[in-house]
Amino acid sequence: MLEALGLIIAGRLNGVTAQLHPGRVTAICGPNGAGKSTLLSALAGLLAPDSGIVTLLSKPLDQIAPQERACRIGYLPQSAQVAWNISVRTLAGLGRMPHRTSAAENARAVDEALGLMQLEDLADRALSELSGGERARALIARVLATQPHWILADEPLAALDLAHQQALAARLQTLAAQGRGVVVVVHDLALAMNHADHVIVLDKGRVAATGAPEKALSEHVIADVWGLQTRWLGDPGHRALAL
Amino acid sequence: MMTNLTRALILALIAVIPLSLLAGQVWIDPFGPPVPNATAILMELRLPRAVLALVLGAGLGAAGAAMQGYLRNPLADPGLFGIAPAAALGAVLSFYAGFGAQPLLLPLLALIGAGGAMGLLALIAGRSGGIALFTLAGMMIASLAGALTSLAISLSPNPFALSEIVTWLMGALADRGWHEVRLALPLTALGLVALWRAAPSLDALTLGEDAARSLGVEPTYLLWLMIIGVGLIVGSGVAVAGMIGFVGLMVPHFVRPFTDQRPSATLVPSALGGALLLLIADCLCRILPLAGGELRLGIALSLAGAPFFLRLLLKLRRELA
Repeated sequence: MLEALGLIIAGRLNGVTAQLHPGRVTAICGPNGAGKSTLLSALAGLLAPDSGIVTLLSKPLDQIAPQERACRIGYLPQSAQVAWNISVRTLAGLGRMPHRTSAAENARAVDEALGLMQLEDLADRALSELSGGERARALIARVLATQPHWILADEPLAALDLAHQQALAARLQTLAAQGRGVVVVVHDLALAMNHADHVIVLDKGRVAATGAPEKALSEHVIADVWGLQTRWLGDPGHRALAL
Repeated sequence: MMTNLTRALILALIAVIPLSLLAGQVWIDPFGPPVPNATAILMELRLPRAVLALVLGAGLGAAGAAMQGYLRNPLADPGLFGIAPAAALGAVLSFYAGFGAQPLLLPLLALIGAGGAMGLLALIAGRSGGIALFTLAGMMIASLAGALTSLAISLSPNPFALSEIVTWLMGALADRGWHEVRLALPLTALGLVALWRAAPSLDALTLGEDAARSLGVEPTYLLWLMIIGVGLIVGSGVAVAGMIGFVGLMVPHFVRPFTDQRPSATLVPSALGGALLLLIADCLCRILPLAGGELRLGIALSLAGAPFFLRLLLKLRRELA
């Protein structure tokens, strides 16, 4: 279990406590400036809290060596700029950096990651030749190539069209079903409602609601946190948000 | 694993090194009539000069590739850290104080200048490991060292020192011997080892600082490797040969299209390419007839490098448009 206990980061998080479980997709939602990306960075061990602690399997994250932490937690930042025009396979290969394994084993892990993201045919393409959706998949393949227990992604579905959003969200669910912990920052509440197993709603650096999507993203919570009167339409799993 | 590019560059070096030894104001034809003092010319003049060109070129090429990887910018150059101007300042001060003629003091003062810049960089940016702060600190040091160098020139004690300073600043391998090789070789080799150790982290930086840290990169450790690697290479290079620009900028661009573009993949080819470029450039400087001596290597490379830089800028502008 990945756990945040009373995280305080000046001006961004005001005492956030959250439990994240493997085997499910956890969505972190909230208005702009609520502290979603900050929480994700802290969970990834990239941001030291002023107070509070992040633990992985009850061990404080800052006591885990960076390389070991990197093997266990894969992190995809919001800004997914890649400096050089590398190929999809080379990009995925960068995910093997924390592991000191043989070239053959690295190649196997990269192939598996490319397979999971259905990128086998694009493996040798340069990033500049990919569409936005293909690029987003390639970036996730880089995280998967590390074979981490946890996948932490900051808005991986942003900038994707509807079909690609749905496809990628379904893939993230599959990854969680295989036993990994998947934590994503999501702006689109309908995506969180339909694809997450667990939702954490942040507001002004605090947890405003947490639990199953139907509860954490109830119309009351949305009214309190976003200040919008909304109504969920459709059946569970196929919800749409109406203003 | 040796790539085709690395193999081709090694073959080119194997072909060019003997040619460079034979070429010069006195041509040595191995199959022609014997040249007087051929052994002395080869062993005491041309061989150390060729070795120095290989050492400095390899260092500058690799430092350029590492800098471009570290700053994630194809326009980055080893000079950006301000280590070269600081080393030049040390050397200029040695001329100013009249130590220029002493074989040990000039490089020593240049190395002290480079060391001072490395220390200052570490002091300003070392704790945070932030790349932006590091670059700005480097620019500040470069600007300060440049201003102090100009001050030293303007207050030059006599016209002779002034002419020595200006000539030396242009950078050259003329009249360098085994003494300079002994100084530059170990320092450059140490610098190359530091850059080689930095290579995997530079690859991870391709994804940005946050993603690199999530892959286990320790920014402060990487920053120290960069300061030590680039500092030793550039500092020792300036100490023995003066300012030689553009090698670190140009060579990684030549080799990158033949690699998978990862910084670590360009490191060794850039070192080999830098060695090849500096050897050929120095050889051409030696051969080209020029009234009053030979063309200064630093000037020749700047003349060749400026249009290259312009071409690069235009290409980037096209890509951004």
